[in-house]
Amino acid sequence: MNGDPAHTTPAQAPARVPARRKRRLREPQSALTIRFTVNGETVERTVEVRKTLADFLREDLGLTGTHLGCEHGVCGACTGLLNGEPVRSCLLFAVQAAGAGIETVESLAPGEGLHPVQAAFREHHGLQCGFCTPGFLMSAVALLRDHTVPTDEQILETLGGHLCRCTGYQGIVEAVRAAARTWQR
Amino acid sequence: MKPAPFRYVAPRSVDETLALLAEHGAEGKILAGGQSLVPLLNMRLARPQVIVDINGIRSLAYIRRKDDHLHVGALTRQRAVEESATVRRQVPLLWEAIRFVGHPQIRTRGTVGGSLAHADPSAELPAVAAALDAELVVRSPSGERALSPGEFFAGYLTTALEPTDLLTEIRFPLLPERTGTAFVEVARRHGDFALVGVAAVVRRSDGTIAEARLAFTGVGPGPVRARGAEGRLAGSAGTSRVFADAAREAAARLDPESEIHATAQYRRDVAATLARRALELAWQRSGGRTR
Repeated sequence: MNGDPAHTTPAQAPARVPARRKRRLREPQSALTIRFTVNGETVERTVEVRKTLADFLREDLGLTGTHLGCEHGVCGACTGLLNGEPVRSCLLFAVQAAGAGIETVESLAPGEGLHPVQAAFREHHGLQCGFCTPGFLMSAVALLRDHTVPTDEQILETLGGHLCRCTGYQGIVEAVRAAARTWQR
Repeated sequence: MKPAPFRYVAPRSVDETLALLAEHGAEGKILAGGQSLVPLLNMRLARPQVIVDINGIRSLAYIRRKDDHLHVGALTRQRAVEESATVRRQVPLLWEAIRFVGHPQIRTRGTVGGSLAHADPSAELPAVAAALDAELVVRSPSGERALSPGEFFAGYLTTALEPTDLLTEIRFPLLPERTGTAFVEVARRHGDFALVGVAAVVRRSDGTIAEARLAFTGVGPGPVRARGAEGRLAGSAGTSRVFADAAREAAARLDPESEIHATAQYRRDVAATLARRALELAWQRSGGRTR
């Protein structure tokens, strides 16, 4: 599309008549080729416009650490970072991430060992079945990057955007408190 | 849950958006923060043919003071409002209420204009706009117009916006000195839509209420101003009794729906209590002492 390097029309899209339209109005598309970074790596893919970022990460990139619970923004399991800010990846279309930087739970511990926030969750019984955990982790990481010493109110406000059905929340709260102390940033 | 197929376009300017809306008419739907629209798409409760994504229009995201108003661009993220010292100082009612909108992970995307245009009957921002007599600035192919909340909110999930219109800016009047505001709500869990929410504005003249405004959310098809109670409060002494009576009167006139989480009577009872608390808090913040 015009003047937007991160958003291009795929070659296989139906040819458009380049006619002299009144104002070269952009044509709505069913699929777009997008370029953005995921966990630091540049990704360029053609994607159907109705595909959510969550489905794109899981199905197209195989990054199944992003979990889908409710698919309407309530549970928080699919939370990832968009340009460093926590967002619901089920409420964002992949094409909307064009040009952005995405971080998923896979970025936390790329090699051996755990990220300090993950280690704190294990230490403090911050997970049980683990389904909701990726979302909690990403929100916690974003909070702790911005606030090296978060208040309990800030921790609760952040974790309030996530549902956990088995562990209960006290272990999770304690894990985030502990991670604030142990994570050498 | 996957949205039904649609076509997508991301204009880069307001003019281009208006041209696209004019071209696609009622088949088009504006996508702002998406925190209400995308759930509707995912559940296929909405099936627009064309999504017009305005998130790339940077010129619609701003918070700036102009004369005696604070102008907030429609695409301003709720998170930006929450983090704005200007909003906190100049329009504290908006700042207080926005922290009840969803969760931080929702507010990073959710926008001020999107929440108002969606007009959920339990949303916080419509009540804030109503209580402050904000102006809602709408652009259309034929020009620009500013609507009052009474003109803008037309009913359940319905506004005066035509398919070819774009809400571009909200202008919040700055309040005079010795004016206090408060927003309180009850929800089943923090971050849920309000069962009942109340926005109050009280201007004080010594021990007397010079002017009071009260707006409810969650108790009608849109935000509800309590004009009768407001009229009674004006000129009265700022006492607990006066606030309690006005709150009861306002709540008695409400006609909320009963649903699984709250009966109409429960909502009226909560509304009376919250209205009293909001009025007293606003009065205290105006510098008044409650007797």
